[in-house]
Amino acid sequence: MARLHVMERSHAQAVMDDLHDALGRRLAVSSLAPCPVEFTAALVNLCSTQSCGKCTPCRVGLSALSDLLADVLEGRADESTLNLIERTARTIYLSSDCAIGYEAGAMALTAIRGFRDDFEHHIREHSCGFDREARVPCVSGCPAHVDIPGYISLVEAGRYADAVKVIRKNNPLPLVCGLVCEHPCEMHCRRGMVDDPMNILALKRFAVEHSDLNDHKPSVADNTGKRIAVIGGGPAGLSCAYYLAVMGHKVTIFEQRHHLGGMLRYGIPSYRLPRERLQAEIDWILSAGIDVELDHSVNGEELARLRDEFDAVYLAIGAHSDKKLGLPGEEAPGVESAVKMLRAIGDDELPDLSGQRVCVIGGGNVAMDVARSAVRCGAEKVSIVYRRRICDMTAQDAEIAGAQAEGCEVLELTAPLAIETGEEGRVSGLRVQPQIIGEPRRGRPAPRAAATPERVIPCERVFVAIGQDIDSKPFEEMGVACKWGCIVTDSDGAVPNFDGLFSGGDCQTGPATVIRAINAGRVASANIDRYLGFDNKIKLDVELPTVQFKGKHECGRCELGEREAGERIHDWNLVEQGLTEEEARQEASRCLRCDHFGFGAFRGGRNLEW
Amino acid sequence: MVEPNNPTVSDNTESGALNMVKLTIDNCEVVVPEHTTILDAAKSVGIQIPTLCYLRDLNEIGGCRVCVVEVEGCDQLVAACNNYVLDGMVVHTNSPKAREARRTNVQLLLSQHDSRCTSCVRSGNCNLQTIANDLGIFYLPYEQHLAREGWDFDFPIIRDNDKCIKCMRCIKVCESVQGLGIWDLTNRATHTAVGTRGRAPIGKTDCVACGQCITHCPTGALRERDDTETVFDAIADPDKIVLAQIAPAVRSAWGEELGIPRDEATVERLACALRRVGFEYVFDTDFSADLTIMEEGSELLERLGKAAKGEGDSRSWPMFTSCCPGWVRFVKARYPEFVDSLSTSKSPQQMFGAIAKTYYAKVLGVEPERLFVVSVMPCTAKKAECALPSMVGEDGTPDVDVALTVREMVRMVRASHVSVDTLVEEPLDTPLGFGTGAGVIFGATGGVMEAAVRSAYYLVTGKNPDADFFTDVRGLDGWKEAVADIDGTKVRVAVAHGLGNAARLLDAIRDGRVSYDFVEVMACPGGCVGGGGQPIHDGCELAAERGQVLWGLDAAADIRFSHENPDVQACYREFLGEPLSPLAEELLHTDHHAWTMPNEGTC
Repeated sequence: MARLHVMERSHAQAVMDDLHDALGRRLAVSSLAPCPVEFTAALVNLCSTQSCGKCTPCRVGLSALSDLLADVLEGRADESTLNLIERTARTIYLSSDCAIGYEAGAMALTAIRGFRDDFEHHIREHSCGFDREARVPCVSGCPAHVDIPGYISLVEAGRYADAVKVIRKNNPLPLVCGLVCEHPCEMHCRRGMVDDPMNILALKRFAVEHSDLNDHKPSVADNTGKRIAVIGGGPAGLSCAYYLAVMGHKVTIFEQRHHLGGMLRYGIPSYRLPRERLQAEIDWILSAGIDVELDHSVNGEELARLRDEFDAVYLAIGAHSDKKLGLPGEEAPGVESAVKMLRAIGDDELPDLSGQRVCVIGGGNVAMDVARSAVRCGAEKVSIVYRRRICDMTAQDAEIAGAQAEGCEVLELTAPLAIETGEEGRVSGLRVQPQIIGEPRRGRPAPRAAATPERVIPCERVFVAIGQDIDSKPFEEMGVACKWGCIVTDSDGAVPNFDGLFSGGDCQTGPATVIRAINAGRVASANIDRYLGFDNKIKLDVELPTVQFKGKHECGRCELGEREAGERIHDWNLVEQGLTEEEARQEASRCLRCDHFGFGAFRGGRNLEW
Repeated sequence: MVEPNNPTVSDNTESGALNMVKLTIDNCEVVVPEHTTILDAAKSVGIQIPTLCYLRDLNEIGGCRVCVVEVEGCDQLVAACNNYVLDGMVVHTNSPKAREARRTNVQLLLSQHDSRCTSCVRSGNCNLQTIANDLGIFYLPYEQHLAREGWDFDFPIIRDNDKCIKCMRCIKVCESVQGLGIWDLTNRATHTAVGTRGRAPIGKTDCVACGQCITHCPTGALRERDDTETVFDAIADPDKIVLAQIAPAVRSAWGEELGIPRDEATVERLACALRRVGFEYVFDTDFSADLTIMEEGSELLERLGKAAKGEGDSRSWPMFTSCCPGWVRFVKARYPEFVDSLSTSKSPQQMFGAIAKTYYAKVLGVEPERLFVVSVMPCTAKKAECALPSMVGEDGTPDVDVALTVREMVRMVRASHVSVDTLVEEPLDTPLGFGTGAGVIFGATGGVMEAAVRSAYYLVTGKNPDADFFTDVRGLDGWKEAVADIDGTKVRVAVAHGLGNAARLLDAIRDGRVSYDFVEVMACPGGCVGGGGQPIHDGCELAAERGQVLWGLDAAADIRFSHENPDVQACYREFLGEPLSPLAEELLHTDHHAWTMPNEGTC
């Protein structure tokens, strides 16, 4: 008999591990669908399988909880059942011996408290009151509800121009979104249950890059005689202007800066979204017959004038003013906001950072954009200084990895304390306090000062990328309601008490994603059209290829490649490389067509107009 | 601009030449156009793949998984109903794999189905029963779980979720065809159930009781309230004189369930059957359909006269027919601003009852309360209509005591031991037993309009047009429009059937996109011939075929103008005076505001 054994993985253990992986994938993509009570019941049942059986609350309590939840689902429960559920969950949480029990109790408590209304609805109405949203998961996940399975099937069929037409029905900026969309659609992609979610972003980019932008022109309805002013030429303004123009209204965009695009041009560097291609897409939108007045600021007085002159006004000024650190030395020469730096680059005024050491403060996409731009402006060394951990950063993983590959150093758990200044009062370094990660605050682990001494990171430049504000003051002063600087609107985008004035995009939501701004513009266009007494619909006439049943067929996801870091840091050309045709066709063929199979066959399916 | 002639359902075939696809199904070579389903491709070579939830164009959801077939090269089975043929495909519809899954799925459905077929109204006419039998399922391996829910058994539509197989057809027909959305999923996952949206009691919903959910239900989960015992009791009561009236559309379909060919299932043979059941007098709702034309036509002309003088409805909305109770309920529930545009004329069913209990009681010389009026209707909403508090005589007794569907009437014939092959054609009773060709076509979409235009021509010009001078609103387009030329006077008319089409039409009128003088609406697709009280044939839409019966009867009729109905003329001469007389107003017209729909005025 051996005295010790090396750990060997049994066959059953291997199967168990595989099933755990599959379950993890399934849970990762399923949060839109379940009834909260069904989900709680399943969760409790799953937790109970992990119980070792030693302790009462976990062994008996979880199964008692399961029975009680079944009572709720099967219409046998009343208010007292809910109280008993809560008491049982509390006891499991409070009195279990190990995490298997108390974490299960905690989850059950979170559910019963968080879903209280849903539990009560079940008890009262014997039905689920939770609105079913996951009709076609990707379409539900996309703020603009783009017909994703539709255009993917067209990519698979090699009909790229038609694919772009399908996208444009809900999103007039397919090129922009093919390059920089945060793709929330992929989060719920059911393909993730099989292997990996679809690479929707890459397929959209492929479709756009393999069709001629000028293959078709916007088809514009007869002139309605109505005139609309759009203030701000960013994604929300462009989207609103485009659909209104297509509906037959006459639109003029008033843009403060020298070019249209808003944050697309003045926030996102060219290596992610090439200028000339952005401009080509904007020109395509303008070809719907939209007038533009560049270098035209709109203050309160001007807004009043535009409201008089136009039948409706859409206010989409974005969020372009910088947030301050509030640290000593912030006013020193050499300290600049991310917004200002990227704006200058947008106007082709590249800062010369040759030989300089740069600190970028922040952990979002903008911080990465600034850091990577600084590399391209010749900086000798770029440090990204962030108070939490890398995994807590709000920037997309690919952006962080991209910055690191280009030589940017990410200093996590490093809190800025003050800007150090040297000769002529210029920046000479960033004083920081090392942090230690600790207990959660507002849901995520929060850093606190570590018992490690402060230090100074020597540098010549500091860029502050900790967020943007909205320049809503002029409008607030004239009576437009604002909350935390954001313009307040009704759900249709109308600004209360200002007849014919609508607003949306970053200035209404606070800084958010491109696709949300695009959708805000689209929604406003429909509501402005209705406000003007019309019911113009945006329609689509593209026939899709016949749906094919393929059955279960595992195949990994194709990712976008990147140009070599050593090469790309010397230019502003696009970093990410598109899929090859071979990759695109294979990737498109992975789509499970949830618009045809599953619940989409019953509810959802294809939305042909809006 | 709205296209009036949108069909109710979309046509899947595209214009232009279709590519042909070659495949193999059960070792047969099949060549069909692309975009053909596997189901249809199999059917084209005589292979009938069983389906449960599938309804062409309406419910192609692939939910029951009974139609699954094996496709070579694909590990999983494929639903034949909503998947399309591909070139070179090799399909096995009854391979061991397909058969096992099909049998198991039916067994699973039966584990949630009350299979006591002996006490089910659909026994013998149930696709689930047929499929289970055909698959040799005589043993149920799964524990049974039934819904055990309550229901309001006073409502004309009865739902029994113990029998619901969640095919979703009722949801779809109510939502897509009728535009109402009364039914919805009420839970999810393993507790998924179908019920009224938000589980409101059915009597508190906007349900118009059209019964389309019943005729599209594959099982006995939906049925009409059975009123046959009440009628048997009345027949057995020596103090009661029990009268039957037969609606126009009944003669197009009543023989279907009894196995009587359409050409032999005449209203005269039905009269014989009903007399054998025990009805003392058998009359024809065609008579009161003619009466309706006199009243409604006169009302229309009065209205048009007022409009010409700039009086009346300042919104210039048209007058709408009011003979369909599902439609009237729909207007009240969903478009209350249009209620005053409904004709005040009662429906033929109610006019018949009102005349029977006054005029005919006098003819018979009996007390009106001894008369018990039963109507045989292709309709379930008629049950709600005859129970309205406003549809009563002076003494408060209802104009019509019981409204039976055709299905209930057939059950009564069977229960009365009537051997159908001994039935002979017998004349209906007089004087309420005669109707013209114009009365007969009330049962098909466009019929009321055509009948009205025929008599309006006479009322305006004093002479008859050719009976076929205006046939523009026949046919099954969901929304038809035409201009009737009445001796130079142009009357703009429209006809809609299916409440989804009616809703589109009302929206267009409300938005000022269209304008008419007179509009006919029938709640059910095809009109009463497609009514929710007609015999059920799973998966078949028979409105067109049945409608042809009525148009044929009209074409062959000796009298084709309502105003020429001698019994109607006598009724006016001897009793009512003239159309719209005070007595006619009292008996034959109604106040649509005298009752309310549950949510009327709240939207």
